[in-house]
Amino acid sequence: MTEPLLETRGLRKTFGALRATDHVDFDVRAGETHAVIGPNGAGKTTFIKQLSGELRPDSGRVRFAGEDITTLSVPRRSHKGLARSFQITSIYRDFSALDNVALAVQAHAGHSFRFWRKAREDAALREPARAILDKVGLVARADVIAANLAHGEQRQLEIAMALATQPRLLLLDEPVAGMGTDESQRMIEFLAGLKGDKTIVLVEHDMDAVFSLADRISVLVYGRIIATGTPAEIRANAGVRAAYLGEDA
Amino acid sequence: MIRPRTWMLVAIMLLLAAVPPIAALFAQPFYLDLLRRVMIFAIAAVSLNLILGYGGMVSFGHAAYLGIGAYAVGVLAYHGIDNGWLQWAVAIGASALVAAAIGSISVRTSGIYFIMITLAFTQMLYYLGISIEEYGGDDGMRLGVRSQFTGLIDLNDPTAFYYLVFAILVLFLYLTHRLVNSRFGLVLQAVRSNEARTRAIGFSPYPYRLAAFVISGAMCGLAGALLVNQTAYLTPEFMNWTRSGELMFMVILGGIATTAGPLLGAAALLLLEDVLQGSSLLPKWVNDHWQLYLGVILILVVLFARRGLAGLLPGRERND
Repeated sequence: MTEPLLETRGLRKTFGALRATDHVDFDVRAGETHAVIGPNGAGKTTFIKQLSGELRPDSGRVRFAGEDITTLSVPRRSHKGLARSFQITSIYRDFSALDNVALAVQAHAGHSFRFWRKAREDAALREPARAILDKVGLVARADVIAANLAHGEQRQLEIAMALATQPRLLLLDEPVAGMGTDESQRMIEFLAGLKGDKTIVLVEHDMDAVFSLADRISVLVYGRIIATGTPAEIRANAGVRAAYLGEDA
Repeated sequence: MIRPRTWMLVAIMLLLAAVPPIAALFAQPFYLDLLRRVMIFAIAAVSLNLILGYGGMVSFGHAAYLGIGAYAVGVLAYHGIDNGWLQWAVAIGASALVAAAIGSISVRTSGIYFIMITLAFTQMLYYLGISIEEYGGDDGMRLGVRSQFTGLIDLNDPTAFYYLVFAILVLFLYLTHRLVNSRFGLVLQAVRSNEARTRAIGFSPYPYRLAAFVISGAMCGLAGALLVNQTAYLTPEFMNWTRSGELMFMVILGGIATTAGPLLGAAALLLLEDVLQGSSLLPKWVNDHWQLYLGVILILVVLFARRGLAGLLPGRERND
């Protein structure tokens, strides 16, 4: 069996008496879309932050592409091929959409101790950025200041920035959060188009999104993964239904 | 295309370039001196704007580099070294070194901690200046001879000195403009705008912020070298925290993260100060309590011109 692209072993993180991440073993296979679901307060955000590098685990390891990345910083992980979108939209609000994506391209185009040439006239940054905006369907809005984009467009922009870093793995933290039905349907279709092409870890509350996108689902409850399996297996799992889907299903 | 903003800035610079002949025509050399002073502070404010405006690093200790630049010239002159090239190179180099030392610690912090650390370091330098009796201590000392650039320019000639300051200001405005629109400048602004996002796309902010801090300090060091030649007097007061506050005010008053802002802010603050303090057209009770009226005007500008004086210029600031 091939080694998973991302794996955690015995990951633990506590805040005082709260065990936010409790001995989590987690695998993401190359090419799959792996959803992490769980009730509010289950520790999903704490978990994803340990994958992205914003939080250090108390113990346990994170391996990515065969390498131990447990102690690597966020920017270093980005250069290893891990990209993240945020639950609360995180973009450069005062820059244009194209500037936003071009910055993500720039971050992976060598060092930026270049003091003279105008970055906004640099085709090596602008053209790949424009191509990615085209891919996410925002190219017509390239010159709009990001703060003036609609909420759904801002979420798309955020994913465009993640894609611009040419990641091997995308960590998407609630990509359809706060979207209307139409918007979230469009986002789900867009993510479905990325499936297979990119390995995706999807943290999401929206069950439509999860069950239509995920190849496998892990259920996080009180910091522990209580089940991992295909959407059908998760639906059928009695423990999951009791702990989580019960009130919904 | 040249935007209205750029035209305004060009107009202001042409006006400044025209000051010496006009001052000579009306036999008012005082204005030459005043506007040279304005431009020297504008250079310092331009340097502060780079980190405060574009980098979001609120340095409350920028007067440190004015002081270091001034002391570099003053102390070398005191020991008989009056070569301007050497003096100014030391002013810039020493400022860059001190900025690297202060920056290596302060740039790791942000917000209120950054403000307090930069303030604390500058106060240390201020008290160091006061304590060195050799160089006049508290009282400061006279600069015996201005920096010598034999055969090139004589700083004792007020007009020649004026145009030198003018040229350096133009150069710094242009350099800053290039810098903030370069790859480096965009990273700097990205960190100010959203640090978590900047890290997530793969930038480590620290080296970029530190480099900006050092560049800014070096630029301000040259302003200090100019200032001591302007006043022909060296005093630790150059490094006092009130001076750092004035520089901050020039940047904020003029409009942070704008090209023309620091120049407008420096001009507005120093000219208002001069008019309120000395104008015989104003009633004596204004002259006597000029700080009070200056304060009122500053409050009004901050309240009603939220983007500073540069925000009142036509067109929108676009850094491209």
